[in-house]
Amino acid sequence: MTTLTKIAVRNLTRYRRRSVLTASLIAIGVIAVVVFEAAAGAFTGLMIGQMTDAMLGHLQIHRRGYVASIDNLPLTMMLTPAEVAIVEKTLRAEPEVESYSRRLKFGGMFSNYTETTAIRLNGVYPDEEVRTLPLLASRIRQGTARLTKGEIVIPDLLATGMGVTLGDTVVVIATNRDGSVNAAQLTVSGVLANITSPSGRDGYVHIEDAMTLLRMEAPEISEIAVRLKDFDRLDRAAGAVRTAVQQANTSGQAGEMEVHTWEGLSPFYNVAVLINILALSATLGLVAIVLVSVMNVMLMSVYERVKEIGTMAAMGTMPRTILGMFVIEGLSLGVLGILIGDAVAAAAILVINAVGPTFNFGRETGLVLSPHVDLGQMLIISAVVLLVAVVGTVQPAFKASRMDPVEALRHG
Amino acid sequence: MSLIVANGLTKTYTTGTVRVEALTDLTFTIDRASFVSFIGPSGSGKTTLLNLIGALDRPTTGRLLVSDTDIATLDRRAAAAFRGRTVGFIFQEFNLIPVLTAYENVEYPLLLVQHVAAAERRQRVLALLDAVGVAGQRDKYPDQLSGGQKQRIAVARALVTNPQLVLADEPTANLDRANAALVMSTMRRMRDTLGTTFVFSTHDPRVMAEAEIVFRLEDGRLMGRDIAGAAA
Repeated sequence: MTTLTKIAVRNLTRYRRRSVLTASLIAIGVIAVVVFEAAAGAFTGLMIGQMTDAMLGHLQIHRRGYVASIDNLPLTMMLTPAEVAIVEKTLRAEPEVESYSRRLKFGGMFSNYTETTAIRLNGVYPDEEVRTLPLLASRIRQGTARLTKGEIVIPDLLATGMGVTLGDTVVVIATNRDGSVNAAQLTVSGVLANITSPSGRDGYVHIEDAMTLLRMEAPEISEIAVRLKDFDRLDRAAGAVRTAVQQANTSGQAGEMEVHTWEGLSPFYNVAVLINILALSATLGLVAIVLVSVMNVMLMSVYERVKEIGTMAAMGTMPRTILGMFVIEGLSLGVLGILIGDAVAAAAILVINAVGPTFNFGRETGLVLSPHVDLGQMLIISAVVLLVAVVGTVQPAFKASRMDPVEALRHG
Repeated sequence: MSLIVANGLTKTYTTGTVRVEALTDLTFTIDRASFVSFIGPSGSGKTTLLNLIGALDRPTTGRLLVSDTDIATLDRRAAAAFRGRTVGFIFQEFNLIPVLTAYENVEYPLLLVQHVAAAERRQRVLALLDAVGVAGQRDKYPDQLSGGQKQRIAVARALVTNPQLVLADEPTANLDRANAALVMSTMRRMRDTLGTTFVFSTHDPRVMAEAEIVFRLEDGRLMGRDIAGAAA
């Protein structure tokens, strides 16, 4: 093995220019994929973090069909207090759950006494909401997210459009489930930055104010947003919660409920999927580059060394040894490209991090892109390149090993 | 005593619809430890015959026994194994592996074909490099060596596995007179020392003169057998 590696490496240095060019091509491909995946990962991670930590939570629980009708904010598809109690018990028992926030979502009219416009509101328990959405505070442009009874936090578009500032008194008018209209006078205690998402322009009121406005005697809940301890265990946690609420339904303790992860709630998931497809495309491009370049260079290598192969065969070298020699040569080329590519890609990512480029997404501005070197991802990409380098070498190597020694020795 | 026994040996090539009989009904024997040459003009079948004896190719008809092995029965792997333990090759153009030093070229068959232990390998390689007079060139690559040095290294490589038979195809064709004489004397000395059988193909009169038995080939047929450098 050592001798075969030595011969392989010397043959690579024998055709130095060609080897360097091929390794460079592989390296460029590796750099492109590693840097792209790191940047794309940083972008999607940032955006997902914004959505889950400042608005959605990691998963949400609703009455069945509520999400399909969420644009209308229906008051007829609420979780009853008994059902909420069952869900709360389930969430408290689930070790993956960090916190949860009960929300009463409704739509209404917002008036500054001179103008009126539509508004979407979340009636929340402020402490629960802040615990479940740790980035909510960072969305507050003015005031506080920890509102008390009689206060309202409004989106900045509304504040700007209606000319409302902190401390102003406004009126919220809502129609309850029975069709009667009610109004409440509230004080603006916070202005909230928008997030590019369907519910990214919702305001907040205290849940008790919402109940009063909607003439509810007991709190009925539209959704329960849940924060997990470990986002990477989302599927497992969602599965556990889903099973628990289904069991409650089966046993007749609760009506049918749905558990949605953020992926089913945010259109950004489709963007994330698209980015993943792009990353996959980049990886496939890399595979093509490695496959074609390694196969090409190894075929050339075999054709240039026909007589040498014939000599080795004449001396009694077994076909598998000749095959191994060429496979190791292709593998070495792949390893060289990977080492250069990974090193340069890691350096490039560190430089990007140091520079901290900013970008805008929707109405969000000044988002900082912070890609990081993901060793696991690098290992996967490197393994793919190595595998493809071997695949690209197998055909030429097999050709070499099957060469007729008489024909090979006759070769000029 | 015979190392090589050929009986009615025929080799035919077919290219498209054209059938070419390269060797026709050859019958001969070659004893162990002999110094034998096949001579004849280009296209007479010398190289084809050496390829058959060296198990690089298989006869179309007839029987060819080399060291009691029927060459016709060997498949690709068995032929490779047979060559590795029985035959050494010396080529007209030396055919040294360019990325290996002189030492490594001689070591190659011990390492990658016979898998001999390191200590024994080293001892045998150094002894042979010394015996063929190129010990001082051991760390040089082929492109740093003269033609004579290359061919002597090729001789060492062919002999390092202690083969029963060395096949040399035009071994002096690319050498000047002095180097040709040196290579031939080296091979004869090796034959005398190790008892190896040497079979050449050549039209070099100097090689013919060195051979103890000369077989004459013409158009793939054996035309005569001369003994003790009496070929004409």
